[in-house]
Amino acid sequence: MALISDGRFIEDAWRRLADEEALPKTGKFIVSLPRLEHAVEVLGPTATFGVIVPNTTEPSALIAALPRLDLISITFPAFADGRGFSLARLLRRAEFKGELRASGRLVADQYPHAIGCGFDTIEIPDDLADRQDEEQWRAALNAYSMSYQRGYAGRGSILDARRKAVRS
Amino acid sequence: MTAVDLRVAQRPNAPMTTYRYDEYDAAFVSERVAEFREQVRRRLSGALTEEEFRPFRLMNGLYLQLHAYMLRVAIPYGTLTARQMRRLADIADKWDKGYGHFTTRQNLQYNWPKLVDTPDILESLAEVEMHAIQTSGNCIRNVTADHFAGVAPDEIEDPRPTAEFLRQWSSLHSEFSFLPRKFKIAVTGAEHDRAAILVHDIGLRIVKNDTGEIGYQVVVGGGLGRSPFIGKVVGDFVPREDLLAFLEAILRVYNRFGRRDNKYKARVKILVHEKGIDEIRAAVEAEFAAMDRSAFTHDPEEFERIAAFFAPPPYESLPATSALLRAAKLETPAFANFVDVNVGAHKIPGYAVVTVSLKPIGGVPGDATSDQMRVLADASERFGFGELRVSHEQNIILPHVKQDDLFALWTMLDAAGLATANAGLVSDIISCPGLDYCSLATARSIPIAQAISKRFSDMSRQRRIGKLGVKISGCINACGHHHVGAIGILGLEKKGQESYQITLGGDPTFSASIGEILGPGVTAEQVPDVVEHLVDYYLAEREEGEAFIDTWRRIGHARFKDVLRREGEDGADI
Repeated sequence: MALISDGRFIEDAWRRLADEEALPKTGKFIVSLPRLEHAVEVLGPTATFGVIVPNTTEPSALIAALPRLDLISITFPAFADGRGFSLARLLRRAEFKGELRASGRLVADQYPHAIGCGFDTIEIPDDLADRQDEEQWRAALNAYSMSYQRGYAGRGSILDARRKAVRS
Repeated sequence: MTAVDLRVAQRPNAPMTTYRYDEYDAAFVSERVAEFREQVRRRLSGALTEEEFRPFRLMNGLYLQLHAYMLRVAIPYGTLTARQMRRLADIADKWDKGYGHFTTRQNLQYNWPKLVDTPDILESLAEVEMHAIQTSGNCIRNVTADHFAGVAPDEIEDPRPTAEFLRQWSSLHSEFSFLPRKFKIAVTGAEHDRAAILVHDIGLRIVKNDTGEIGYQVVVGGGLGRSPFIGKVVGDFVPREDLLAFLEAILRVYNRFGRRDNKYKARVKILVHEKGIDEIRAAVEAEFAAMDRSAFTHDPEEFERIAAFFAPPPYESLPATSALLRAAKLETPAFANFVDVNVGAHKIPGYAVVTVSLKPIGGVPGDATSDQMRVLADASERFGFGELRVSHEQNIILPHVKQDDLFALWTMLDAAGLATANAGLVSDIISCPGLDYCSLATARSIPIAQAISKRFSDMSRQRRIGKLGVKISGCINACGHHHVGAIGILGLEKKGQESYQITLGGDPTFSASIGEILGPGVTAEQVPDVVEHLVDYYLAEREEGEAFIDTWRRIGHARFKDVLRREGEDGADI
């Protein structure tokens, strides 16, 4: 797997825990959704952990654990399945402040969409990373200077820029 | 200084017809072209697989069809300037085969572009403030509106500022570009629906409440295709300040819960049908209530800025009727017929709205040659403030023509083969491209339309028959809107043969209804016979002032079925 952050391929500091693996005492690790409740229960307040969830997850299933989570990874079963974008928005609305990760076969051209919806990082399989190198991801990030929507992250809003231009 | 004055000061030579890009719009569209150029390059280099490239080329209007690529150019809310029409003609000559096809969603399709040329075509469009953004793909499509917007006497408010507002909001939306399926929005601001809003994913009807405030009745879940549905009201009166937030709530509910397991059940109409409108309304209202609406705080100045572009052109004060027009009609019967059929009322005295039919007898519905496009551009400049419209009936509208000028305009159109006096009549057929172009089609559509048109080539007979919507689709995806044709024709394939299913009683307006099947399918050759039998029966049965659909509604479907069965015994084999 390759991890993209701020338009660069970086080392992943997180480790995905297999379901049969015991919860470690230290390090950054990611549990599956069925293990989340147990992890929140047994792990101390200083533990650094995250959860990987399907894109059909109801945000309410995560609300109680949100303050404890440092990362939420949302899976994209297919790159054209946009449910993860809405889930990301809802988690940001619920004031999740940790790292939001999109995991799946996302293509570079979707990078601005992911950032706009509140994702920080994208995790893609190696074969995709081989075809779509860092340069393509960085280009996608910078393809647009502004967007027409308000309230989405990343680029500035055209509406706000217009308003500012009229007032100045 | 009002917004209109400000704009005139900034762009003294700009025609007062449609939205003009500012620096932000221009930058956005040119960034979009640059991005697509790179995407094409990366497709050719193998960085993008065809499967990965597909949604991005579709969101830029590029389809892979039966014989070639097809590029669908957006004509937002169907409004374009003379300059833009000329550019469409130039592109047809330079990169296509010298013609274009106007569609039922007020767009223009080129049927023969090459993949490597498309970035240049998009760049050429961007120079005249046009694009092909979101004319395809599983995203919010080009927003359509009443083609008589701004000039119809029955209008509460011009729907185009709303449509432009939505065009911008929906462009490259971060959250809603990978929806379960395509999503189409139409807006009307009039008492009569000419935008078919009840058969769109979202239909917006501009309404005024008791206190005189403008708002929107929001309808969701309408659609044609293999499972036709009439939309249902999800918001009775949504104030303008809440419109974007309300739409965002609907889209979020759809994006999360719309079906993705079966592409034929993925449209919002199926979600509404399966869950029921009450459950959908509750979900939308809950989402709306939970939203941080500060991001959608209505910006009346921005709406005003947009609305100013659609300010009325500088009309002259004229008498309500024209003596010149009356004299010319008496002098030239062909012109009189044209006026009676293709010319409609304008809200300003002394002006008229002219429909230029792209349905010549035996022609391809919606096609225009580059020369015809140039004639239309010239005509609009000479007689109509340089403004043109595309109707969802696949015709061109000149929205502001002085009645005094009608004869000169008609003479000009007639010389270019553009004066067919059949707007709204039986030969003004809506048709999809069908098997002649489309890879989805199961049967031909265009030749059927041509055959019916030729059968009714006697124009006085057409006028006697009166308003009659014939709509033809070459497959169950229903791009030819056959479900809402008073006479609908659906081309299917049965055992390797084309078979045409006839429906009666469809209606795309506020009294919307889906047509009912008449009987077993017929062959391509039989279709004109069947249509003729139906029309003759209607003529025999109609009462004073009744249109085809009125008679059908009054006497019932069974009677029409019966007459066909009788005709069948006479050897028509129906």
